[in-house]
Amino acid sequence: MSNPLRSPLDQRLPRIAGPCGMVLFGVTGDLARKKVMPAIYDLANRGFLPPGFSLVGFARRDWADEDFAQIVHDSVREHARTPFREETWQQLCEGIRFVAGDLGDPAAYDELSRVVAELDEQRGTGGNHAFYLSIPPGLFPVVLEHLKTSGLAANTPDAWRRVVIEKPFGHDLKSAQELNALVGTVFDTGSVFRIDHYLGKETVQNILAVRFANEMFEPLWNSNYVDNVQITMAEDIGIGGRAGYYDGIGAARDVIQNHLLQLLALTAMEEPLTFAAAEVRAEKEKVLSAVRLPKDLAAHTARGQYAAGWQGGTPVVGYLQEEGIDPSSHTETFAAMRVDIDNRRWAGVPFYLRTGKRLGRRVTEVAVVFKRAPHLPFLAEAVQELGNNALVFRIQPDEGITVRFGSKVPDTSSIEVRDVTMDFQYGEAFTESSPEAYERLILDVLIGDPPLFPRHVEVELGWTILDPVLDYWAEQGQPDQYASGGWGPQVQYEMLARDGRAWRRP
Amino acid sequence: MIRLEQTSGGAVAAAINAERHRLGSPTTGMVLTLLIIADEDTQSDATGAAAAVARQHPMRIITLIPRADARVSQLDAEISVGGDDGPGEVAVLRLRGELAEHGNSVAIPLLLPDTPVVAYWPGDAPAHPADDPIGRHSQRRITDAAGAQDPWEALRVLKRGYQPGDTDLAWARCTQWRSVLAAAFDAPLGDVRHVRVEGERNNPSVILLGAWLGQQFGATVETVWNDALGISSVSIDLADGLMSITRQDEKTACIVRPGRAEAQITLARRSLSALIAEELRRLDPDDMYGQVITTLEI
Repeated sequence: MSNPLRSPLDQRLPRIAGPCGMVLFGVTGDLARKKVMPAIYDLANRGFLPPGFSLVGFARRDWADEDFAQIVHDSVREHARTPFREETWQQLCEGIRFVAGDLGDPAAYDELSRVVAELDEQRGTGGNHAFYLSIPPGLFPVVLEHLKTSGLAANTPDAWRRVVIEKPFGHDLKSAQELNALVGTVFDTGSVFRIDHYLGKETVQNILAVRFANEMFEPLWNSNYVDNVQITMAEDIGIGGRAGYYDGIGAARDVIQNHLLQLLALTAMEEPLTFAAAEVRAEKEKVLSAVRLPKDLAAHTARGQYAAGWQGGTPVVGYLQEEGIDPSSHTETFAAMRVDIDNRRWAGVPFYLRTGKRLGRRVTEVAVVFKRAPHLPFLAEAVQELGNNALVFRIQPDEGITVRFGSKVPDTSSIEVRDVTMDFQYGEAFTESSPEAYERLILDVLIGDPPLFPRHVEVELGWTILDPVLDYWAEQGQPDQYASGGWGPQVQYEMLARDGRAWRRP
Repeated sequence: MIRLEQTSGGAVAAAINAERHRLGSPTTGMVLTLLIIADEDTQSDATGAAAAVARQHPMRIITLIPRADARVSQLDAEISVGGDDGPGEVAVLRLRGELAEHGNSVAIPLLLPDTPVVAYWPGDAPAHPADDPIGRHSQRRITDAAGAQDPWEALRVLKRGYQPGDTDLAWARCTQWRSVLAAAFDAPLGDVRHVRVEGERNNPSVILLGAWLGQQFGATVETVWNDALGISSVSIDLADGLMSITRQDEKTACIVRPGRAEAQITLARRSLSALIAEELRRLDPDDMYGQVITTLEI
């Protein structure tokens, strides 16, 4: 029976998750404490969670419910984006449970089943539960196996069970396929939610809206007018406390395989028939299938490792000196590569992808760089300062759009044309009312809205693209060192210079 | 703040631009112009609340205060741009004498080009907002029946004058109640037999919430008046028991459902800023409000 109080005419009512709860595996990890728990609180605070929402922590700790509640409380106090309200916290707190046990202990899952059933009874969670695996991927098999055998993973017609997994979705094509196969034996495709938090709904919808809701950009969006596309994700931080995760993974696996290729797909894909999940995915998969690597990987890829240096006025150590890193590690902290897209729209337009840690500042952007005007009816010196026109999607921070074009410099006796920028910032970028990516994603999981979540086909296509580069790099020894706080190793500039192009400074 | 006396709409627009320039940000991403038509009693709260909303919706706020008490026509302006109150542009304009009747002529040069215009009457509103000289520019027209002298009469006027694009803050004050009620019915609760809404005497939100529930459920609604503030409770008779939501304090409510333990839910009273922000989130007509107000039995 449909809800009589919901009507398509009624656009004021927010989407609220139906009765449900979440089970969190890995309660002490960075992501769980800094992102997941605060996002849950923020959702509750904004009134997006159902009455009776419950959060169950599962870990090998000798904790009572109150101890876990204290962990959640501390993380909320420290990291939540909305103000702390005692009454919101009290309601959330009433639904917090903790199950102590080893991830491999069947008895612990029996206890979890009991707690979940009890919550359904007491709190009215209706048998709907999402299992959030905020644990290293090495532990997935054991957890998934037990979720299956204990019956916790079983969907029924009246109650859903979903699983949320974080990147990395494998470390190469083979491991990704194994992981997909494993998850697939326990949960059906529609119940698997892969979180890629750089693809919060706002970003994706903004790119698609600009491209497909307007008439003035799309006619230019092809190889007739576009010279190249530069997709950059720069981080100013180092690896922090994530040595165990990062070493052996590196920048390309960590960022290019998922975030940058997803951004590429959104930038380059054809118009979907509708914005339904299946249609958007179909277009993303098509364009990712058309991505080709250059033949000469030496000439068209670059990598580096950050060295000690000064970053924004603070001295920082190099990657090889970070605690927990093998001093002879070959793991790259900077990766750049050219790819081409073999279709009519993009033939001959290189897409340059790059990412790195300890770079000049934190920025993620997609820059569509246009060709120069075919003829410039000005004196050469009048336009020597004029660069290529560009349209830049700023993904973070300061989400927005920048357009760069030439304009006459005022007050000069002779005409001089120089680049100017026109800037648009999403008005809601900093406000409480603009939900953070994790909030949107978690809410979408609880509501069961899948369009933002990459399906396993996209994950595998990402690895298909990246694997040859990783194999090639594996034979090349130590990556180049680059000074912390700058924009990365010299080799990246040479890489573009070979194509007669240059990186824009993000 | 800049004060201009005996000025004109064009001069106010020029002063805003000059101030923007002086602050070094001549171009801005203003998304709309909000025209507030108020008297001296309501203008300050309305303008302040709107200025806070400018953090979410960067906008130009023009508050027009007709002061028919003076004999000579005169326009005085107070302008502030950016600053601690929010990133928007705020101009508070006092229209004295005969000019009080011609606020529209002052507003026209101040409207931002090619962006939406929203009109907001915090107190008494015109009988036909959409046909009002200022309402005619505006794709969204916000009234506040709770701010009117006689809320019942205000609702009757709103019903008669309704045009798509009209909306009322008394309706926005229902949103959170409607939201928790809708959430409660996401899990099927069976047939509704009777609905009872309890709340502040003559409060238009109580009336609108009851009307909405009656319409959606196709059930009769009983209204019980009390001396509380705003909506106090909604109880719904279901086949297998009573479902109710009762406000407990400024921030929480208690929800009772058949076969479930009683639970606390968040139901915070919202500030005027939050209500205005909600109104500005969507600028297309609110069809559900239209349906509720035009079929209101009053």
